[in-house]
Amino acid sequence: MDALVAQLQMQYRNYTASLYQQGFLDDQFTELKKLQDDASPDFVAEVLSLFFEDCVKLIGNMARALDQTGTVDFSQVGASVHQLKGSSSSVGAKRVKGLCVTFKEYCEANNYEGCVRCLQQIDIEYKALKTKLQDMFNLEKQIVQAGGKVPQVDN
Amino acid sequence: MMEVCNCIEPQWPADELLMKYQYISDFFIAVAYFSIPLELIYFVKKSAVFPYRWVLVQFGAFIVLCGATHLINLWTFTTHSRTVALVMTTAKVLTAVVSCATALMLVHIIPDLLSVKTRELFLKNKAAELDREMGLIRTQEETGRHVRMLTHEIRSTLDRHTILKTTLVELGRTLALEECALWMPTRTGLELQLSYTLRQQHPVEYTVPIHLPVINQVFGTSRAVKISPNSPVARLRPVSGKYLLGEVVAVRVPLLHLSNFQINDWPELSTKRYALMVLMLPSDSARQWHVHEMELVEVVADQVAVALSHAAILEESMRARDLLMEQNVALDIARREAETAIRARNDFLAVMNHEMRTPMHAIIALSSLLQETELTPEQRLMVETVLKSSSLLATLMNDVLDLSRLEDGSLQLELGTFNLHTLFREVLSLIKPIAVVKKLPITLNLAPDLPEFVVGDEKRLMQIILNIVGNAVKFSKQGSISVTALVTKSDNRAPPDFFVVPTGSHFYLRVKVKDMGAGINPQDIPKLFTKFAQTQSLATRSSGGSGLGLAISKRFVNLMEGNIWIESDGVGKGCTAIFDVKLGISNESKQSGIPKVPANPQHANFAGLKVLVMDENGVSRMVTKGLLIHLGCEVTMVSSSEECLRVVSHEHKVVFMDVCTPGVENYQIALRIHEKFTKRHQRPLLVALTGNTDKSTKEKCMSFGLDGVLLKPVSLDNMRNVLSDLLEHRVLYEAM
Repeated sequence: MDALVAQLQMQYRNYTASLYQQGFLDDQFTELKKLQDDASPDFVAEVLSLFFEDCVKLIGNMARALDQTGTVDFSQVGASVHQLKGSSSSVGAKRVKGLCVTFKEYCEANNYEGCVRCLQQIDIEYKALKTKLQDMFNLEKQIVQAGGKVPQVDN
Repeated sequence: MMEVCNCIEPQWPADELLMKYQYISDFFIAVAYFSIPLELIYFVKKSAVFPYRWVLVQFGAFIVLCGATHLINLWTFTTHSRTVALVMTTAKVLTAVVSCATALMLVHIIPDLLSVKTRELFLKNKAAELDREMGLIRTQEETGRHVRMLTHEIRSTLDRHTILKTTLVELGRTLALEECALWMPTRTGLELQLSYTLRQQHPVEYTVPIHLPVINQVFGTSRAVKISPNSPVARLRPVSGKYLLGEVVAVRVPLLHLSNFQINDWPELSTKRYALMVLMLPSDSARQWHVHEMELVEVVADQVAVALSHAAILEESMRARDLLMEQNVALDIARREAETAIRARNDFLAVMNHEMRTPMHAIIALSSLLQETELTPEQRLMVETVLKSSSLLATLMNDVLDLSRLEDGSLQLELGTFNLHTLFREVLSLIKPIAVVKKLPITLNLAPDLPEFVVGDEKRLMQIILNIVGNAVKFSKQGSISVTALVTKSDNRAPPDFFVVPTGSHFYLRVKVKDMGAGINPQDIPKLFTKFAQTQSLATRSSGGSGLGLAISKRFVNLMEGNIWIESDGVGKGCTAIFDVKLGISNESKQSGIPKVPANPQHANFAGLKVLVMDENGVSRMVTKGLLIHLGCEVTMVSSSEECLRVVSHEHKVVFMDVCTPGVENYQIALRIHEKFTKRHQRPLLVALTGNTDKSTKEKCMSFGLDGVLLKPVSLDNMRNVLSDLLEHRVLYEAM
């Protein structure tokens, strides 16, 4: 059993480290993990699910705003981007946040093509992040089921 | 029988030889006569200009006819027919006609031709004259060039000797002079001294009195003057047999001083000193001084004057600069010496202070101990006196050391939190015994809004108050003393506030000590704060003291960014001492002296701390809530400003508001909250969470009355530190 736990833990460490290295997550995520304790054991998961719901909603808003025929209301798009940027920086979703910054610039410059492109990229990114985090949580569950403790990985 | 023929017989008998010669001559004449017009035609055709063609034709005709006549004559030597005679006659008649016509024509033409010749001569003369004038102009231009070159040479240097030497050399060269000399006036101004010559290398130092008639003549005009070669200024070499000395010209060179140059004023008549330039043409040459040469000399003399004045100015400025440099060096040395002296004094003071304090402490300590033992009343009195005197001496030493440190600027305030009310009461209790003895009632009035816990230098503040109140007691013989303390706003230091109640963390404490004692002459008031000075009235003499107290108090007050002054209505009418100092406001009921407890790692002082979090963004709201819950706070969450205003109560100690979204509406909440809670201690602390950390955001927050700004996203440690700082100081503008 211990071998399995050790192996799982090793796997988990590598996976998490790779997420940091590839720029999916940054220090804020580490901070988030610190807040999880016995009083709130699922804190991180709750925050993340809230974040992903937010993503869906905001991306939908932005798509609708950009889809309008006629003049596009860039201020509306900008407001949604601002929200998404805030959310992503709160959870430590580094790539999403970076894309939000670029998106915001395009909005301010009223660059339609740029906005559309950014939106597509954000869509891709958050879904990728969701998948990766899903995998990470699965690993955690497996470790706990195997009787081990989830190791601390800060980057 | 004779044939009758129409022949003409010649008059003379045919002599064979003579006939032959005539025949030949006629032939040649004819030939010549025919060739002349041909030649004429040929040459005239060649030349472009010949105005008399008609004459030519006439002349040609005349010649041709003459020739024809002679030619026909050839036939008349022998018997000839009548036709020949006819032809001959015709030819002769024609010839006669044409010749006469030509003769008449020539009468008109020949004078014309002659006049052409005269005109030609005239033009030749004119050309010769112009050539001569050209030669003259060229020489003049040459001299002009020389002058320019000379001037350039002279003005290209600022060295006096070079200027003068160059002048002489160039002049000598341009004008081909034999000798050229410069006489400068001596220091006394009574003589001219030979300073520079062209040819002689080491001129004999020889002088001429300045008031010679020839010299006066030259100095009297700005033009070059011809002088006699025998005058003393021109006698530079021993006369060596040359009996025809070259002509000499002398010109004055004004020596201009700086004071001669006024802006709109040319120094024509104001110069007094001249130098004399003497120029000698070569002897034994027939050269004479031409006008243009003398003009050249005058121009050069002026240029030399200017160049010399420039050189003089330069010399002046160089001298001034050297002087300044010397002074600089001297000042530097003096400064360094002063610094060394100060350091030496400080060292001395420090050492002496220590040396003096040690025995003092021993005396004071042991005397106090002695006081505790069993003593007879006389012994007790003696010990008390010893104690009092040594305390006084210790205070004096402290004062002296403090003052010297204050003057150096090396004294720093020791800030801490203390109870202001207690301080005043302590001071009063210290003074009360003496006041009671002198029967002077003391009253203390503390303003109701005087903060209880303040941040400042407790020890020094007590020293100031003690000094002032002590002075009041000392210099009063009767009457009462009142001590008032209140909060005041210093006019020129008000921070830009939106509200009436200052939310800044500092306030100005004003203390007024009024007594009805001896009073002070208004004229003496300024002297009060100077060291060691005391008013000389007998009443004050007896009370001792060294006069340092007020000076030191003033220094401390200044360090606390305040002001101290004394008002008095005059001698015998009492006086009021007032001072303002700047103190910080503290909220903690901490006592000074207890060190700050470092916050516990986990649930430090925040257990149960009620906070309100306002954030429109769900995710970041949740994260902030998680943070605060982790730290042990009780968190209420709202997502809009209206909700925030509805929910906020005096139970909440801190309100975190997200001000990320662009717009000013978020800041309005701060204002509304301030309106809602008028009492300062009921209002929760307001902290802004923003993604922007620049100065404008900070200023904006301050202007809307927020107590702090935090940068999102906030880390756990950051939040913990921030909360503890906030609760302790009630203000947070450093944590970013």
